[in-house]
Amino acid sequence: MPERIGVYVCHCGSNIAATVDVRQVVEQAAKWDSVVVARDYKYMCSAPGRELVIKDIRELNLTGVVVASCSPRMHEAMFRGVLEEAGLNGYLLEIANIREQCAWVSLPGAGATAKAVALTRAAVKKARLNQPIWEREIPVNQATLVVGGGIAGIQAALQVANAGYLVYLVEREPYIGGHMAQFDKTFITLDCATCILTPKLAGVERHPNIRLMTCSEVVQVDGYVGNFRVRVKTSPRYIHEASCTGCGACERACVLWDSIPAEFDEGLGRRGAVYVPFPQAVPLKARVDGKNCLYLTTGNCRRTCVTACQRGAIDFDQKETVSEIAVGSIIIATGFDVFDPGVEPRWGYGRYENVITGMQFERMSNASGPTLGKILLADGTEPRRVAVVHCVGSRSKKYHRHCSRVCCLSSLKFAHLVREKTGAEVFEFYTDLNIFGKQYDEFYHRVREEGVHFIRARGTEVTEIDGQLAVCAEDVELGVYREIPVDMVILNTALIPRHDAEKVSRLFGISRSSDGFFMESHMKLDPVTTFMNGIYLAGCCQSPKDIPDSVAQGAAAAAQALSVIARGKVSLSPVTARVTEELCSGCRICLRTCPFQAISFDQAAGTAEINEAVCKGCGCCSAACPAGAIDITHYGTGQLLAQIEGVCGNEDKD
Amino acid sequence: MAKLKLAVYWTAACGGCDMAMLDMGERVLELDRVADIVLWPLVADFKYSDVRQMEDNAIDICLLHGAVRNEENRQMAELLRQKSRVLVALGSCACFGGIPGLANFFDRQEIFTWVYLESQSTDNAGGVCPQTSARVPEGELTLPEFFDTVLTLDQVVDVDYYIPGCPPTTEMLWQAIQTLTGDQLPPKGTVFAGSKTLCDRCTRQKEGKSITGFRRLAAVDIDLQRCFLEQGIVCCGPATRSGCGGRCLRANMPCRGCFGPTEHVRDQGARLVGAIAAMIASDHREEIEKISHLLPVPDDPAATFYRFSLPHSLLKRKRKENAS
Repeated sequence: MPERIGVYVCHCGSNIAATVDVRQVVEQAAKWDSVVVARDYKYMCSAPGRELVIKDIRELNLTGVVVASCSPRMHEAMFRGVLEEAGLNGYLLEIANIREQCAWVSLPGAGATAKAVALTRAAVKKARLNQPIWEREIPVNQATLVVGGGIAGIQAALQVANAGYLVYLVEREPYIGGHMAQFDKTFITLDCATCILTPKLAGVERHPNIRLMTCSEVVQVDGYVGNFRVRVKTSPRYIHEASCTGCGACERACVLWDSIPAEFDEGLGRRGAVYVPFPQAVPLKARVDGKNCLYLTTGNCRRTCVTACQRGAIDFDQKETVSEIAVGSIIIATGFDVFDPGVEPRWGYGRYENVITGMQFERMSNASGPTLGKILLADGTEPRRVAVVHCVGSRSKKYHRHCSRVCCLSSLKFAHLVREKTGAEVFEFYTDLNIFGKQYDEFYHRVREEGVHFIRARGTEVTEIDGQLAVCAEDVELGVYREIPVDMVILNTALIPRHDAEKVSRLFGISRSSDGFFMESHMKLDPVTTFMNGIYLAGCCQSPKDIPDSVAQGAAAAAQALSVIARGKVSLSPVTARVTEELCSGCRICLRTCPFQAISFDQAAGTAEINEAVCKGCGCCSAACPAGAIDITHYGTGQLLAQIEGVCGNEDKD
Repeated sequence: MAKLKLAVYWTAACGGCDMAMLDMGERVLELDRVADIVLWPLVADFKYSDVRQMEDNAIDICLLHGAVRNEENRQMAELLRQKSRVLVALGSCACFGGIPGLANFFDRQEIFTWVYLESQSTDNAGGVCPQTSARVPEGELTLPEFFDTVLTLDQVVDVDYYIPGCPPTTEMLWQAIQTLTGDQLPPKGTVFAGSKTLCDRCTRQKEGKSITGFRRLAAVDIDLQRCFLEQGIVCCGPATRSGCGGRCLRANMPCRGCFGPTEHVRDQGARLVGAIAAMIASDHREEIEKISHLLPVPDDPAATFYRFSLPHSLLKRKRKENAS
């Protein structure tokens, strides 16, 4: 039966029509072989636009449809639905992207129109060769993996677990809670961070549906949405978790007690080689720091900790373990790192002892922190004048272009806490005040009324003038250069991607945006999903955000996972690789090209074999196959060559 | 039954395919029992005019070997097509362009400049290059036009069957002749060779294609049992049609690709490049470049991968500078 193809060219308002002569594309298309109808419409994706296609398919018995419009990422799925509604297989649709790949990147005129014609012709040529194909459905595993136990991951885990499904919560640190557990008060409510976090931590620990894995990292991910297989490496704690009560007797007995900078206290406090991270830690278990423990590093230690532990919980024989878990969805909530201001001398960090980071201030101000909540200088006295420097490493061409979004508010919070606890004068050195959240502006005015000085500063530098710590900057509003003597400087440092974000992105096969954070499917309309089906993002690993936004995204990611579970099955794209056994000579070149381990070698048949459930249709094997024995369904060599011929304007030669 | 009429003709070729015919030995006599030879420049004296005088389709089977390099080749191909019931492309040159097809990495001007003017063995004080016509005192002399681009036989005329190989093996040739002189002709387009690639027939041990370095055959002590590629030696076997019986492999030489690509492949060279790139055991750009530079063909990768099939490929020839 000869192909009968309908071509529909979209104006996309003026998005396409202002650059491309849409009428001319239609006139050209109408002349091509197999094209029985060619039309244009202002918005093909609108209801009347879709109706147009459905009507033509029914009345003109179309066998294929070409929509020349925007990127297939936008509307391909929807137009497939339109074809299905009219009784055609959805894969008989071909999209010609004349918006992103033509109108938006071309100057108006004959050139742009010629390009739109070429792209449309390519789509028609391919559409002639399209075959009906069907998606397959497979059951999903109902368990969910959450990677990262900060507030976003915790929220996601609780949400899924509360719905009645199993959650594996994997956390690299020996405790959950993430950065939030380190904070003192949270803006703008000035709630104690730990107080509002603890119920959630306890909820995770006690939840029958949550398997908490601390000191653990994901090391391998295989499979696909609904059916992931994940390997998790757990480092030894050297503590029997069941026996340990977290009393801390071992830490006080450790010969290195109070001598190792405590990570949780941002180096302001000290701990032993065996330690309980903080009093509200979940799980409240000690951990032996294998890098510093004398016994583990040298074998020579009196092991006073073992004697001190009444429950015999310390076990130096524990080994690293690797467990394999099966899950249907993965939520990545790996959080952020904090910029190190020590890289640039002008911030004085590491040079002057009273220059601290925002995170250090959080610990100092926290009642369970190293100063028990007192704001103190290195000499133990209270500061009288304190500077808060904004945008340290953020909004910078040299370090990180992005705005860290939370620092303006946390800087206001620091000012408030300093005023409240010490009565000191506070100077805020800001570049712009990016204050946008619910009741945030009200908080700003409150802090301003508390007598905090605001200096819109450029070129802020921390220095010492005649032995006096000072912050120098150009005051942009007054147009003068100012040197403000202070006792303490708080550097509000940027929230940046984790140091191992690249490794993690490769592990899970997700992308990163130009700022280095993990990339969502669509910045506005799909901020939680990734390009990997079944893998979702939550919290600051996607972009810096405050606690309410992290919680919201955690819940949204949970909703994504739950929707997969609720459906009970996932559709697998029929776009996969196929081996033509009559052509495969068993050379095995394809085997190592597959990024998804979907190809195996069938010894008995002497040919390559593709697991279609795992295959993503990426085409690596097809490109590598020297015999032409592997083709991708819907993107066969013939179909691609037809497209190339179409783009090259070779209408006569089929 | 009346004897068949057989023609064998060569265009741009080395004559190796004729030799392969003769290599059939006494079978040539058997051939004589079923067919009269009406044209075969190698063995008997025929004139073009003899062919022109034949009626259309007077030749039952014409085996034509050689690429189409000049106007004379083209005219003879067209003439023999007109006079033959069955036209067979014999050998790699007729099928894919073969070794003469490598000239498509140059154009006519470059070739003339080198061959008639610049090469060191040339003594051409007048700087004369071939022309299609020249006036001499005795009158006008003509030469067939030398094409810019070498063509395969089927790019010039309709071809019924293909017998690839440089040269085709005598066994295969004999089998093809028996089939073609038999009662039942195979479907048009049939290639008298295997359908899978040479790896299918290769008995060398294959473990996995992961290459950390490429090596020259002459520079290494090869493992006689193991796949050449797995030892880092470029072998065209994975992208080359089987049917040769692995004669090179048996002599411990890697495949050079003379049987051309399989049915579904349009571009043997591109397939080889893709396949070899996929074997490099690294994901790091610098390391990949380092390994690639160890290819034992650094000066001429194109001719390694397209040795017999350039005119037939999608690439077809070097890009012309003035092409639009």
